[in-house]
Amino acid sequence: MSSQNPEQQAEQGADKLPAQTGEERREQPVARKGMFGARTTGDTSGYGGLVVRQSPKVSAQRPYGGPGGAAEAGEFDEIADELERAVPDFGDAIERVVVDRGELTFFVKREHLATVAKTMRDEPSLRFELCSGVSGVHYPDDEGAELHSVVHLLSITHNRRVRLEATCPDADPHVPSLVPVYPTSDWHERETYDFFGIVYDGHPALTRIEMPDDWVGHPQRKDYPLGGIPVEYRGAEIPPPDERRSYV
Amino acid sequence: MSSTKYTEYDAYAAEEAAEGKVFDVGGQDWDQVVAGAEDLGDERLVINMGPQHPSTHGVLRLILTLDGETVNEARVGIGYLHTGIEKNMEFRTWTQGTTFCTRMDYLAPIFNETAYCLSVEKLLGVTEQVPERAQIIRVMMMELNRISSHLVAIATFGLELGATTVMLNGFIEREYTLDLFEEITGLRMNMAYVRPGGVAQDLPSGATSKIRDYLDRMPKRLQALRKLMDDNPVFKARTKDVAYLDLTGCMALGVTGPVLRSTGLPWDLRKSQPYCGYEDYDFDVPTQDTCDVYGRYLVRMDEMEESLKIVEQCLDRLQAAKGPVMIEDKKIGWPAQLAIGADGMGNSPRHIAHIMGTSMEALIHHFKLVTEGFRVPAGQAYAPIESPRGELGAHVVSDGGTRPYRVHFREPSFVNLQATPAMSEGGMVADIIAAVASIDPVMGGVDR
Repeated sequence: MSSQNPEQQAEQGADKLPAQTGEERREQPVARKGMFGARTTGDTSGYGGLVVRQSPKVSAQRPYGGPGGAAEAGEFDEIADELERAVPDFGDAIERVVVDRGELTFFVKREHLATVAKTMRDEPSLRFELCSGVSGVHYPDDEGAELHSVVHLLSITHNRRVRLEATCPDADPHVPSLVPVYPTSDWHERETYDFFGIVYDGHPALTRIEMPDDWVGHPQRKDYPLGGIPVEYRGAEIPPPDERRSYV
Repeated sequence: MSSTKYTEYDAYAAEEAAEGKVFDVGGQDWDQVVAGAEDLGDERLVINMGPQHPSTHGVLRLILTLDGETVNEARVGIGYLHTGIEKNMEFRTWTQGTTFCTRMDYLAPIFNETAYCLSVEKLLGVTEQVPERAQIIRVMMMELNRISSHLVAIATFGLELGATTVMLNGFIEREYTLDLFEEITGLRMNMAYVRPGGVAQDLPSGATSKIRDYLDRMPKRLQALRKLMDDNPVFKARTKDVAYLDLTGCMALGVTGPVLRSTGLPWDLRKSQPYCGYEDYDFDVPTQDTCDVYGRYLVRMDEMEESLKIVEQCLDRLQAAKGPVMIEDKKIGWPAQLAIGADGMGNSPRHIAHIMGTSMEALIHHFKLVTEGFRVPAGQAYAPIESPRGELGAHVVSDGGTRPYRVHFREPSFVNLQATPAMSEGGMVADIIAAVASIDPVMGGVDR
């Protein structure tokens, strides 16, 4: 990354990407697809094919700071302290804590998700009374934790936000439902089930919500291609984009 | 995916009803249906309302179990307008994403773009570097958009309760707002005007005076709408104490926006968690404490008046804040000194002359920036803004590449629509129309 050439150094300085030492970079798993490997963008240089498919599992150290920065202990530390006090097996329940871009994320083991969420809602010093929704992310290369269920919580009382993230493997896509704690997650969990196939145990009626009831597959997963079904138009059948003749 | 077998399913195959007798009212004599229903001696009636029903704001399907005129059970079916915008965005560059997400909630395109761009800027870590002028233009466009969106809400509201005058007046005023959008961005809707790093182009000459005319005209017109509605006995009879949802209900169901503010809680992200410099503007957060449809109407009317105040302050600030409207960082910012050409497309003549005439390096850079796009460091960010319908948030995940890894929108229409059964069960069947109208869902945003 670093160069002896002052001109190149200046260029890299202006590049705004976070500086990484050579060793750190080597440790990251990289998906190489060859010089002109990208199949779906106008990637003319091929560098788009050199994508770090799996970001390293970072874990923040104290002090966590606040939304403004991590120079000194701030509201994120308060939230973590209170949660540690209120959840008896905090060390077991929380896999890691990430502070990134002014946002606090707790990676919660799925078996503890419902307890942690209930504590987040009920504890007066935490009081995250509003759930801003559930979102799913599919990381096919994150072995044993391919599917992530991401919950954003908002505390109107303290004017704070926090993110809970629970993971589950593709082979056993089960995460406990948060509907008993936050009734608003009803439709959000149906949507995440519809798009990713995460089964929320304890959900009152986990059915598809956006796709037709008889749809096969979960469209937002990374192994599901864009527009993956053939379309019939005026008697002719047009194959999906990934099955069409290609010159790559 | 080619190996997947799609099981055959015939939706139109004759299926036995799970219970009771099904009457198909497809063209036969209505008297026969009524007589048949009387024979059964069953008071319970399951009605399928929508998805093609004029009062359902697009393609919303309501499945109502009625006992006489009383709604015993209301279920909401959505998904008829799902277009896979979130999936599509994963296959385009970060900048092209705005072109997709602007089409979600088609009555509030500027908000969709801004929520997405704020998230991308947060991921890039350039929030502080977005020029002041770009932020002011964003605020001004958002507030104009809030007015146009609320006008449609109130216009369709009137229409659904049976008043075409309200509808026509609301849409006329909205049209003047859309004229401003066309003047500034080139398009009335789906503008893709807000881009990561700033906005696509500066205000054209003459836009300021047009906005001033609009500001002169609007207060009187809003007053006229108020005269038509505020004390109208028919309107009040249809809306007062109807579709009650209190603060506890809003919290449990995640409801935000005017519905939440009609319960008396002044929760507005522009005030409580400011973005785009909203902390520098002087405005109030209107609330009502009636928790009903009429309160939500009043909140929307008051919000439009507050928005006019903000637009006026924006104009004053724009006079002082000269400068670029796109981030200085050439690795991110597209050339923004655009002028709308004869073909309606934006080009920057100086930039074109530079890349085509004098600098091969600049041409290559421009080509790569436009075709391949910039890279965003890996990570995730969530940026919420106050859209006309409530908290609109974009959860954006990057894997370090030139395309988003995952974009998820927390759409207020989607969330608020969940409150329909809580608002309408136990009420009259006519009130469910008022309940849905007071949520003001936009199906393009609900289904994405």
